[in-house]
Amino acid sequence: MSALLSARGLKLAFGGLKAADGIDLDVMDGEFLAIIGPNGAGKTTFINMTTGYLKPQAGSIEFDGKPILGMSPRKIVALGIGRSFQLPQLFTEHTVLENAALAVAARSGIWSPFAPLMRPSIRQEAEALLDRFGLSPVADRRADALNEGARKLADIAMAVALRPRLLLMDEPTSGVAAADKMAVVETLVRVLRESRVTAVFVEHDMEVVARFADRVAVWGQGRIMALGDPQTVLNDPQVRRDVIGELPQEALHAPT
Amino acid sequence: MTRTQELLLALLGAVLLLALAWAVPWLRFVLTVALAKSLAVFGILLLLRAGQVSFGHALYLALAAYTAAFTAMLIPEALILLPVAAIASALVGLVVGLFVVRYREIFFGMLNLALSMVFYSLLEKFYSITHGTDGMRLPPLRFAGIPLEGEFQGWVLLILAVVLALGFGALVRIYLASPMGQALAGIKTRETRLEFLGVPARRVLLAAYVLAALMAGCGGAVLAMTTRLVTPALAYWTASGELVFIAILGGAGSVFGPVIGAVAFELTRVYAAALVADAWQLILGSVLLLVILFAPGGLWGMGKALLSRRKIA
Ligand SMILES: Nc1ncnc2c1ncn2[C@@H]1O[C@H](COP(=O)(O)OP(=O)(O)OP(=O)(O)O)[C@@H](O)[C@H]1O
Ligand SMILES: [Mg+2]
Repeated sequence: MSALLSARGLKLAFGGLKAADGIDLDVMDGEFLAIIGPNGAGKTTFINMTTGYLKPQAGSIEFDGKPILGMSPRKIVALGIGRSFQLPQLFTEHTVLENAALAVAARSGIWSPFAPLMRPSIRQEAEALLDRFGLSPVADRRADALNEGARKLADIAMAVALRPRLLLMDEPTSGVAAADKMAVVETLVRVLRESRVTAVFVEHDMEVVARFADRVAVWGQGRIMALGDPQTVLNDPQVRRDVIGELPQEALHAPT
Repeated sequence: MTRTQELLLALLGAVLLLALAWAVPWLRFVLTVALAKSLAVFGILLLLRAGQVSFGHALYLALAAYTAAFTAMLIPEALILLPVAAIASALVGLVVGLFVVRYREIFFGMLNLALSMVFYSLLEKFYSITHGTDGMRLPPLRFAGIPLEGEFQGWVLLILAVVLALGFGALVRIYLASPMGQALAGIKTRETRLEFLGVPARRVLLAAYVLAALMAGCGGAVLAMTTRLVTPALAYWTASGELVFIAILGGAGSVFGPVIGAVAFELTRVYAAALVADAWQLILGSVLLLVILFAPGGLWGMGKALLSRRKIA
């Protein structure tokens, strides 16, 4: 396995606050990498730097062997890095289907002023996409009328519509009702495996991490404190104390 | 409302306007001016979709009107003046647009205002070229080689304005339903997402801005040919405010809004000026207030609500 994304020595401080303090990370082609860590550790900042939203003050990032640092979010998206957001970024006055259709249309370029967005080819693909995410029942609702969990999924669906090679997801399951969570993640993982997407996801639920991640990276104060397979990392005494100490024991014995 | 219904309504509206102009001949001029303005208001409607309000859009109306006036000194042919003025306006829209689409909301609005006022001052100051506030008269014009005079001129220009309003109305309607138009609406709600879809939001706005300038350009040309007099007042900020007023009055939710708004506005102005000359501004202000408070969908929204209520009843 080769590294699809490699970050080296990423540094970014907001005033005196070090949100990234020398991040080195390789994301392997095809893996599911979970990022865990306390609030304010710099998890979102890492995603923001990788997607061109924030520019690190030092370091380098390569995607598929090409340096991408300093590129605009748009260029990076075009290279095949998609992302979803901690706070879903949907077109709130459009329906869920229209959101998906815009994402589908965006893949091939939107510069057609005469053919309607909702032409059969785009509509069908958008409907199929929502179907895979279990969002068909809410397809005709306005995006701002969805519950948090559905918003999260719609947000991810829009990123997936672009057929990225690497997908960065910021807390995909936060806001999803506890009872639905595993089902939602299972759906999500199935879609991503089907599309052969390499995924990095920030996650606070250790059960989800234990079950679905190939590797786990532990963030703390802008640094990677631990990195490895879930079994080892989640049972590391220091990680347990600092990050997951307060979580129920049985989470760690969930089936893998 | 289905597409066929909209088409029928548009054609019906066109016939009604022509019938009105036939029944009350002096309204021909008023209606032509109203339609010319509605072409510029289509542009306001486009920009409103992106959540942006231009307070300087009359710049393009005035620019095209002056372009028509200057060109008419060389070639007084309506069929030449119209495209020349429209293209000039679109080109300036492209250059100005490259700059203003970097800004949003109040900055976008005020930059447009500032640029229109710069143009206004230029028109006023360069007396030797533009005759300052006296303005410029257009020579007698021709249409496809036939001299435009009297009745004939009135009808030709009104029909031209009707055709342009129908054509651009249809174009804007199609444009708004296209990916470009839907992305335009995305600028209003979630511009970051557009960027992360790989869509350059500024270029989406620029395309709409240039189309808006082009339409205002056609409006300016018709206006110049109809009034045969162009003055710097066309570019004054109140003229731009008037366009935004018409957009809100007619309703920004549909392409019918600008035309209904413009016709209602010009008719009210004519009658109000005749009846209560000094109360015109007061009427204007009150109507705007009422529309914003009680009919945010504008006259079009009100009409549609009435129609659907009747259907249910
Ligand atoms: N644009 C910014 N300007 C200033 N400070 C910022 C900015 N972005 C992040 N920070 C700060 O950097 C630190 C790391 O933020 P980040 O959002 O990356 O944390 P996180 O690990 O994603 O936390 P959470 O779990 O709460 O989402 C926080 O203290 C945050 O306040
Ligand atoms: Mg975060």
